Amino acid sequence: MRLFHDPMFKTALLNTLTFLVIQVPIMILLSLAISSCLNSPRLKYKQWFRLAIFLPCVTSLVAYSILFKSMFELDGVINSFLLFLHIIDEPIAWLADPFWAKVTIIIAITWRWTGYNMIFYLSAMQNIDKSVYEAARIDGVSPIKQFFFITVPLLKPVILFTSITSTIGTLQLFDEVMNITNGGPANSTLTLSLYIYNLSFSFVPNFGYAAAVSYVIVAFAAVLALLQFKVAKDR
Amino acid sequence: MSRSRIQNISMHLFLVVMSLISLFPFYWMVVSSTNKTSDINMGKFTFGDQLLVNFNNLTSQVDLPLIFWNTSKIALLSTFATLAVCSIAGYAFEIYQSKNRDRVYAALLTTMMIPFAALMIPLFTMFGKAGLLDTHLAVILPTVSGAFIIFYFRQCTKTFPKELIDAARVDGVKEWKIFLYVYVPIMRSSYSAAFIIVFMASWNAFLWPLIVLQSSDLKTINLVLSSFASAYAPDFGLIMVGTVVSTLPSLLLFFAMQKQFIASMTGAIK
Repeated sequence: MRLFHDPMFKTALLNTLTFLVIQVPIMILLSLAISSCLNSPRLKYKQWFRLAIFLPCVTSLVAYSILFKSMFELDGVINSFLLFLHIIDEPIAWLADPFWAKVTIIIAITWRWTGYNMIFYLSAMQNIDKSVYEAARIDGVSPIKQFFFITVPLLKPVILFTSITSTIGTLQLFDEVMNITNGGPANSTLTLSLYIYNLSFSFVPNFGYAAAVSYVIVAFAAVLALLQFKVAKDR
Repeated sequence: MSRSRIQNISMHLFLVVMSLISLFPFYWMVVSSTNKTSDINMGKFTFGDQLLVNFNNLTSQVDLPLIFWNTSKIALLSTFATLAVCSIAGYAFEIYQSKNRDRVYAALLTTMMIPFAALMIPLFTMFGKAGLLDTHLAVILPTVSGAFIIFYFRQCTKTFPKELIDAARVDGVKEWKIFLYVYVPIMRSSYSAAFIIVFMASWNAFLWPLIVLQSSDLKTINLVLSSFASAYAPDFGLIMVGTVVSTLPSLLLFFAMQKQFIASMTGAIK
């Protein structure tokens, strides 16, 4: 019962849900857009684009976290680039500001996992019968409408699969927050996994309480997966 | 210019931008490994001449061959053990009929949904009681039976010609010999694809090794890098050389077996 009065737990829960609600839809839309471009018969250099966009998946979570940490330093390369393009007037404190730290984590995860999801969509798209699109084109359906009314409905099982795996992935978010911000500043990027880790191994060990937090994650994973199955069935 | 031409160009442009964003951190990693920490922090993104200095700093602070050996040993052993266990399981799930097979299989698949953070504490106390903490064995064992790889091997076994098994049985070949001498050679490409997936996962593992391994002479490269990066004033030049070193093996493996890798990623869910 200590759980419900624990402000740290609430923060961790809220942060994890924020990452979930913002990052997963962005990543899924982005990888859908990329894979539908890659699936276009008129595209040149397909292999190269596919390879380039998939490459982030090869890096280890630790290595890319460190890369992003150094890129998002106050006078680091991202800020100098944005200043150079006159998109911003003064450098953004990516890692020291609670809001921007969250944004950095979201950018980092999106970078690492978009290519991974793209591969699933691409393979599913290649299994769609080409004649469906031909018929639509003859009927004068625009490519954008084709995407929303043919591609997306036919990909529903794969989208469900990726959204469940991404949800579970976000619930276990650990390596990135540990290595980029270590949960800070002021716990603004603390996730449930990192909180469990801190409870068990960083603070005075408290396995019982940490186990209680673990149950919450399992419950959440189950509820979210059920919810996604339901949404997918209703449509 | 026609509308379809504009669409075509904007599609290419979109992919070029996405590819550049994808590739830039790799460029940054390589460039930074040749620069001084102060230059890296200032966002310098052209090549420098500090590569050897950074490399020497890295090797003077850690026993790089030992760390590399630890990481490879863990990754290779757990990959071979995982392939052995999971392929046998996947084969058995598909080939042998039994009353509760589908129920057991469903239970196995649900374990995929349990986040690792929730398993961490029970696993830690379990290994503590077994007296295995701070050993490489403790890092390897929990990875060996992965639901996803069992699932993958069962899907692959569906394409395996089952007449071969019947024929071998008629000839009186023992069951384990059928698996070893008929199944394994035929499924070679499935094995190599699974090899890449499991190898990369264990090469890149962080959280579980972080908990289990305490002694500095047992640590893996990710643990060492992470501890450098969390220092008060991290020496990014040194760290960047480390990230290059830690990324190279999986990158090379990926390039060598790129086709099988992507085919296996997409094949498993069909």
